[in-house]
Amino acid sequence: MPAVAETIETVSAVTEGGYKWGFETDIETELAPKGLSDETIRLISAHKEEPEWLLAWRLKAFAAWQNMTEPHWARVHHPPIDYQDIHYYAAPKKKAPKSLAEVDPELLRTYEKLGIPLSERAALAGVEGGQVAVDAVFDSVSVATTFRETLAKAGVIFCPISEAVREHPELVRRYLGSVVPAGDNFFAALNSAVFTDGSFVFIPKGVRCPMELSTYFRINARSTGQFERTLIIAEDGAYVSYLEGCTAPMRDENQLHAAVVELVALDEAEIKYSTVQNWYPGDAEGRGGIYNFVTKRGACRGRRSKISWTQVETGSAITWKYPSCILQGEGSHGAFYSVAVTNNHQQADTGTKMIHIGANTSSTIVSKGISAGRSNNTYRGLVRIMPKAANARNFTQCDSLLIGDKCGAHTVPYIESRNPTARVEHEATTSKIADDQLFYCRSRGLSEEDSVNLIVNGFCREVFKELPMEFAVEAQKLLAVSLEGSVG
Amino acid sequence: MVLLEIEGLRAEVEGKEILRGIDLRLPMGEVHAIMGPNGSGKSTLAYVLAGREGYTVTGGSARLAGEDLLAMEPEARAAAGVFLAFQYPVELPGVGNANFLRTALNAVRRARGEKEIDAVNFLKEARAALRRLSMADEMLKRNVNVGFSGGEKKRNEVFQMALLEPRLAILDETDSGLDIDALKIVAEGVNALRGPDFSALVITHYQRLLDHIVPDKVHVLSEGRIVRSGGPELAKALEASGYAGLAAEAA
Amino acid sequence: MSVAMSTALQEAAEGFAARYQRLAPRLPGPAGARRRAAAIFRARGLPDTHDEAFRFTSLRPLAGVTFAGPALADGPAVTDEVMRALLARAPATEGPRLVFANGRLQADWSRLPETFRVASFSAEPVFGGEEIAEDEPLVALNTMLAEDGAVISVPEGVDGGTLVLLSLGAGEAGRAADFHPRHRLELGAGARLALVEIALGEGVYLHNPVMEIGLGAGASLSHLRLQNESARAFHLARLHVTLAERALYDGYSLVCGARLARSEIHADIAGEGARLAVNVAQLLDGERHADITAVVRHMAPGCSSRQAVKNVITGHAQGVFQGKIAVARAAQKTDGYQMNQALLLSDEAQVNSKPELEIFADDVKCSHGATVGALDPEQLFYLRSRGVPEREARAMLVRAFLAEMLDGVPHEWGRAVLENAVDAWWRDRPL
Repeated sequence: MPAVAETIETVSAVTEGGYKWGFETDIETELAPKGLSDETIRLISAHKEEPEWLLAWRLKAFAAWQNMTEPHWARVHHPPIDYQDIHYYAAPKKKAPKSLAEVDPELLRTYEKLGIPLSERAALAGVEGGQVAVDAVFDSVSVATTFRETLAKAGVIFCPISEAVREHPELVRRYLGSVVPAGDNFFAALNSAVFTDGSFVFIPKGVRCPMELSTYFRINARSTGQFERTLIIAEDGAYVSYLEGCTAPMRDENQLHAAVVELVALDEAEIKYSTVQNWYPGDAEGRGGIYNFVTKRGACRGRRSKISWTQVETGSAITWKYPSCILQGEGSHGAFYSVAVTNNHQQADTGTKMIHIGANTSSTIVSKGISAGRSNNTYRGLVRIMPKAANARNFTQCDSLLIGDKCGAHTVPYIESRNPTARVEHEATTSKIADDQLFYCRSRGLSEEDSVNLIVNGFCREVFKELPMEFAVEAQKLLAVSLEGSVG
Repeated sequence: MVLLEIEGLRAEVEGKEILRGIDLRLPMGEVHAIMGPNGSGKSTLAYVLAGREGYTVTGGSARLAGEDLLAMEPEARAAAGVFLAFQYPVELPGVGNANFLRTALNAVRRARGEKEIDAVNFLKEARAALRRLSMADEMLKRNVNVGFSGGEKKRNEVFQMALLEPRLAILDETDSGLDIDALKIVAEGVNALRGPDFSALVITHYQRLLDHIVPDKVHVLSEGRIVRSGGPELAKALEASGYAGLAAEAA
Repeated sequence: MSVAMSTALQEAAEGFAARYQRLAPRLPGPAGARRRAAAIFRARGLPDTHDEAFRFTSLRPLAGVTFAGPALADGPAVTDEVMRALLARAPATEGPRLVFANGRLQADWSRLPETFRVASFSAEPVFGGEEIAEDEPLVALNTMLAEDGAVISVPEGVDGGTLVLLSLGAGEAGRAADFHPRHRLELGAGARLALVEIALGEGVYLHNPVMEIGLGAGASLSHLRLQNESARAFHLARLHVTLAERALYDGYSLVCGARLARSEIHADIAGEGARLAVNVAQLLDGERHADITAVVRHMAPGCSSRQAVKNVITGHAQGVFQGKIAVARAAQKTDGYQMNQALLLSDEAQVNSKPELEIFADDVKCSHGATVGALDPEQLFYLRSRGVPEREARAMLVRAFLAEMLDGVPHEWGRAVLENAVDAWWRDRPL
């Protein structure tokens, strides 16, 4: 069997054979009628008992959205989305429980199947003394939040954004839409109009968040668009590491996900945002799967502030996201570490934008793309050096690995420099798993599967090491699970 | 006659004061060594004298044969006879060594009102200098410092010095990273230039270079000031006792 | 016309379209191809920055100029006096050369080669087919209005030596010339040629040449280009190369002229074992804008390509590099490399680049690198500390930056032409 064919099979499991998490939870769901109009938005806002300013903000976003056209990207293809055929609001019927004991046992069992660490289970296997606070978003409404006391003691606010709207309106009003304006792009405008829930994090001045914060997003109800809104603010000298993980149940129709994530880092603050995205990618013929059109952006507003995006993207039928950094504060630093795996008919168009505005700003981009099957995997990135960004530095490394001869790997970097003291370096390579590497491993006794696993993991190592330990374990497991059972 | 006269020299790098009032007189024809622990300001002194950007003089003066050295551009200092042998010579990809040296030599000659040297005579002189330093002619064809080993880079510095014939050479830890044979070649290169019209500041962390280039005087630098001066025996004493006692003594 | 297109550009485009309408019956060659091109050009107009392929290069400066073309005038393209003045600025050569003035072949000033055939496009008008992307607006503009050009063919196994193609342009601000020469070069199997293209001129004009090159099996072309147009001229050139098996294209371009320049190089590597090298250096100052767009398509297995583009930018100038390596499924064992470096020498200098890889074959080795920065202050200090004055030191480092490109030119006379142009550019500019 030629090495190439072997590796195709070996990796085919990344998103297909190994998709264990395709089950559906049977919970009563309250649905808003399908379709989008001023009325739908008023309904969502009323249901959530929102203040008038937020309703006005949503309606303005909706008006902007109606005047926008859906973007079409050169390498991303999908049937037209009928925005009137989507439920814009779905919430578990029961009122949010006050403690874990009140949580629907069906839900807890779902989490168990997913392996989500809730309460004591947060101490994940192999993580000594690891504590993870989970704000579980289950079809748009947060139903359980743990460790709130510990966090409250440190002065950290970590709650559903709907709750933050009620309890901390001044903070939400000040920062919501300040990084991703309501009319930023088609999907961000849609999100601003109809977002149902998401997480809110506020780390006050000088506080180092005592634990990793984690939210598991999960799409569940049939035909429910997900419009999460996440807002994280780190005040002067604050630090937070935030983990976002996703799985989705097996579906045979496409589901739209258009989240918005906004990060704000003030003087010397640091935000680490990590994502493992493993949504349903569709079947081997390319039917079904999630459309993941996400706007993620961080503003390094303060001096020497830092924002880093780390992502492991293995799921979704279509992934379109460019977690970006606006490097405004003097000496601020942005980072983007990404592993994107595509298989079958998956399409991923992902990358980052680093906008250098302030002097002495720096950014690092490390992107690893792995394409298998008939998939297409595109890195698209922008590094822009503005005239005032004296001594700005960027380093970009972007590597692609092709497995099989029916897939495509593309690299589309944009480099724009308007300051002579800036230094921008970009390197990219495209290759396959070398036969001699495979042979070397096998001649040392490793199976083909283990060899490919080892080499692919090595290829991704630079990114994995940026993940918090809990996630690094999960990410490697995700690759390993995907690679198992396909040889012999 | 005093060739180099430094008085109360203070300098900072990125807002941090490194030199805190250096006083030094280097008479014509003498070789002085400057020793001191890491971070004492040795390299900063070398860069300030050669005019590197980013090294801001905040007080004091440095005069070369009575002229204000600190007011000159780097190339004017070279023309006036200052030569800095770098601790870490930079690589110049795409710039041939021969072309580089001839351009430098002619620029210096022009500035001194001398006649430029033609390619044939330059090659003759360069080859002669290479032979004296036991270096291969092939050196001229290579790009400046590109792919040179640490030792080759240092020898290339000494080779340039031999051609440019400075009256003040500043050797910034030229001995670091050299094996004993390379060290001897470098020392011979310097010793060959010694005479009534040549002076040198030999900056080093270790005493061993001074076995081969015997200084007229030794100065010890600590925390940006010269804390002791003496004859060659001071270097030997330092080797025995180390720099540790210096700070206390200086305070 | 596209909605986004500016009115001013639209007017300029309409001017060209109207000219075609007027001239159509008198233009040489197949009328069908011209009609198709005119229809495309009318539909697309002149590309605007909304067009992804032109996102970094705006053609708007064209809009303010009145173009009058030579447009099949009966008189000479330029006066004898202008001709002599321009020729005096061209590098001297004894060998065969083709001289064009405002896009028309000047037989009296040309010397034909002895070992292969050269004709004028006006005598043998043939357009390439779809493979040269006739649906692109600037190619359509050329196809629509081409009046003349060189048709060169070197027979199988013949070593054609060196051929110089000299393009002279001249025009005035109120009545700018525009010319759209259509050149065609065929090298038979195993044939060889060194083609040295030099473009220079005076005043305001638009030079919009399309050159189609076909390299037969094992043919080898050294292609040297010096774009040294008038500082007020527009230069929009498109080169299309097709390589058969084992063919070699070895290209070296120096861009140091024109107010607005865009040089597109499109290569189809269609035969197994073919090799292609595209080396470009651009020297930009003042308000100039120059764009290099290179698209290399690997369509056959076992081929290699190398793109190396260097921009030196000062004043308020803008440099652009867009490069793409596209590898088709069939093109296994492709070795593709792309390097793009820019030196920014002033505060207002600007560079935009987009080095792209599009890969559909798995057993390939493709890489690209890009760097943008200023001269290294450490290197500058090192040179100055050895007595080299600052200006000279900067010149040395820029020359070193270009060394890789210039030193590689395999043709001695051609290398001297390019080197002299670099030296002259440097002499004339305060830096």
